[in-house]
Amino acid sequence: MNKHILRVIFPVITVLYLLSPEHAFAHVEQGQAIGFLTGFMHPWSGLDHVLAMIAVGIWGAQLGNPAIWLLPLTFPMLMALGAMMGLLGIPLPGIETGIALSDIFLGGVILGEIRLKMLLAMLLVGFFAIFHGYAHGTELPPGQSGMLYSMGFVIGTGCLHIIGIAIGLMHRWPAGRLALRGSGAFITLMGVIFLWRAVG
Amino acid sequence: MNRNTMRSSIGLAVAIFILSPSLACAHLVTTGMGPVYDAIGHLLLTPEDLVPAIALALYAGMRGAETGRRAMFMLPVAWLIGGLAGSSINFATSLPIPAVSFLILGGIIAADLWLPSSAVAGLAVMLGFVHGFLNGAVLKGNSGVTALLGIAAMLFIMAPIVSALALSLKKPWERIAVRVAGSWIAAVGLLMMGWAIRLRQ
Repeated sequence: MNKHILRVIFPVITVLYLLSPEHAFAHVEQGQAIGFLTGFMHPWSGLDHVLAMIAVGIWGAQLGNPAIWLLPLTFPMLMALGAMMGLLGIPLPGIETGIALSDIFLGGVILGEIRLKMLLAMLLVGFFAIFHGYAHGTELPPGQSGMLYSMGFVIGTGCLHIIGIAIGLMHRWPAGRLALRGSGAFITLMGVIFLWRAVG
Repeated sequence: MNRNTMRSSIGLAVAIFILSPSLACAHLVTTGMGPVYDAIGHLLLTPEDLVPAIALALYAGMRGAETGRRAMFMLPVAWLIGGLAGSSINFATSLPIPAVSFLILGGIIAADLWLPSSAVAGLAVMLGFVHGFLNGAVLKGNSGVTALLGIAAMLFIMAPIVSALALSLKKPWERIAVRVAGSWIAAVGLLMMGWAIRLRQ
């Protein structure tokens, strides 16, 4: 067998193996691992959500202790409450508008480095988190584990907050402060676009 | 065909074989090493039981060594007693008990709520008994008691380790990380509660 034949045979065997249907005993099996991954990836799937969750982390880092951990602690809990409202069928008007407004608000406070009272900041972040949870926490694909989807969803959200906090740590340098304010402007601008699409 | 191409081809073929769905004959945890190890596997692969146990261990550790020791002794014993009760009584519930455990324990951790040592021990007893009872209800049979012993033994090993880890966290940000994890557990509990109620509707 010469080299050329070997080169052809390997890819052919590989393709045949991949396409052979008799090996595919795939099944749902309550979707254990898939449920987690689907939930984990879900918060990353929409730019409006990604920006809001990263913005929470950035704003927390800008405000410093205790906001740096209190805001990312508030968001997932209230987001879960929003998802629960969605699961129970409690109506919530203007979901997409609320999500867009959350981007505008969070971008705005980062841009202006606005320092609100801690309780008020938590209430506002929590209020907007309800919209995010309502919109996305209930989108469990059929056949997957609700619990693992929920775990993935919350952990995915938490990871986005951590990314936001990591970005927000630039606040200790003058150039970093400027860059953060620039990111706030970008998030606000994107929020305006999302709002345009939501009401348009 | 040079060596590199040969290596790549073989590597690719092996990867495809490993990732092939033909081996996916999923089933309940069966280690092949008997009911004790099956039960250990069950505990480690069942977040409904594992996460509340870890959460309690973390909280007990955060409250200090004395509280941690007492709770960590109570938890496996209560789990075993609850399991024995569950395996001998015919009782079924549709209540979302794991969701409640997630919510309560996650909430306590997130809020860094101060509870006296006796209350933490009481919490350990309650958690152990209820979850053990649920385990026992599904482990009825010849190997049920042995399996429950496996779960209790695993808890006896795992919970103090987690508790000791929480106890060793001295820096403020480390304790905050645990509290954030608690908030995530509570959030998952809320979502689980929502799913449970939705399924009933």
